[in-house]
Amino acid sequence: MESYYNSSDLKKFGQVAEFGEELADRFFAYYGDVFRDGALSAREKSLIALAVAHAVQCPYCIDAYTSDTLGKGYTEQQMMEAVHVAAAIRGGASLVHGVQMMNHAKKLLM
Amino acid sequence: MKSLRGRGHELASSGIQLGRLQDGPHERFGEALNRCGMWPLRPTGLHVLQLNLGKMCNQTCKHCHVDAGPDRREIMTRTTMEYAIDAVRKYAIPTVDLTGGAPEMNPEFRWLVENLRQLGAHVMVRCNLTIILANRKYHDLPAFFAHHGVEVVSSLPHYTAGRTDRQRGEGVFDSSVRALHMLNEVGYGHDGSGLVLSLVYNPAGAILPGSQSDMEDDFRRELLRVHGIVFNRLFVLTNMPISRFLDYLLVSGNYDQYMEKLVGAFNPAAARGVMCRNTLSVGWDGALYDCDFNQMLDIAVDSPINHIRELIPDVLDARSIRVNQHCYGCTAGLGSSCGGQVRQS
Repeated sequence: MESYYNSSDLKKFGQVAEFGEELADRFFAYYGDVFRDGALSAREKSLIALAVAHAVQCPYCIDAYTSDTLGKGYTEQQMMEAVHVAAAIRGGASLVHGVQMMNHAKKLLM
Repeated sequence: MKSLRGRGHELASSGIQLGRLQDGPHERFGEALNRCGMWPLRPTGLHVLQLNLGKMCNQTCKHCHVDAGPDRREIMTRTTMEYAIDAVRKYAIPTVDLTGGAPEMNPEFRWLVENLRQLGAHVMVRCNLTIILANRKYHDLPAFFAHHGVEVVSSLPHYTAGRTDRQRGEGVFDSSVRALHMLNEVGYGHDGSGLVLSLVYNPAGAILPGSQSDMEDDFRRELLRVHGIVFNRLFVLTNMPISRFLDYLLVSGNYDQYMEKLVGAFNPAAARGVMCRNTLSVGWDGALYDCDFNQMLDIAVDSPINHIRELIPDVLDARSIRVNQHCYGCTAGLGSSCGGQVRQS
């Protein structure tokens, strides 16, 4: 069955340079710099990336950062807690708009 | 669980394993070395003699590159050990690394350690921890190790029970914790005791390990916090795609992507520091190999000297180290050796 996503496409990521080399080169250089040890460690950044991968629902990123965080020694429990952080923020982002709904409803209602 | 050999599995054959490793789209390891000016790979001088005292083990770990287990009977004799002792004496080889199987199950193990220590060699034992509790006759091993100043190097795939037991067998983590307490009680792992306890981490699955220093921080914090255990250092190893780990990779459908990861992470800097350049591996029957992995694949040294009774370091130092596709396991990322990662992150 055809799929919009193929896991084998992840390793072709670098090939996006074929249609635009300069921007791709700059992106990958930036990407590499972002994930270096800095004020946050590369290890901490990997767990953040795992959570963000779930927030943006990127299957490639989820595969990549599941492997990366496992390799960096995170436990399954730590990884799932990171996913729950993403879920909580996403859920909270919806729910907090309930205030806007309430504001507007209260304005309209007697 | 039986060994591959005990099950009559086709991967018990080194020829079948090598055929599988070579049957892939990846660049030959020798060509990768050649691209960075390292072909042929040469020794840098014999510093470590690694003796495989036999394939018998009280555990049957899922990732074991030796295919060791209770059903294996290959064992080094005292005569072969005497050849090794003679070589250590004659050539002042500084370090002897005892491995197996469970090396302590060799009935001549203590005799060998005593003789090597009398020569002043630094002796390391690859102790699987659970052997200490496997039988009453092994309960005094911590005291024996301490008395002879042996460095203890012990596999502990993770500081959590689940991940350790999945790789090494049900209940292994709890036994390992008890054994580590016994080692700590005689001084191992404590600063200033002079008794070195090194732990070995390797991933419980088809993933590459991260930074050794980060992993060591995690292990140190969690083992102390949860179990009150101390140790000196952590070695981080990459699983080699051979023997039972190769079987796992194939059965789980992870083989192709794991090899892609290893090949894609080839690091010339790690290649320069691989252990086969300063280590010689001795099989249970005295045969010589460039490393323990070559030993398990029956890839003998490329030298007219191929048995421990004939060992002449100068002659062996002139050889080319024999490589194959599994060698990508030692050169991926930060590298891997019996002494942990080759390069610091």
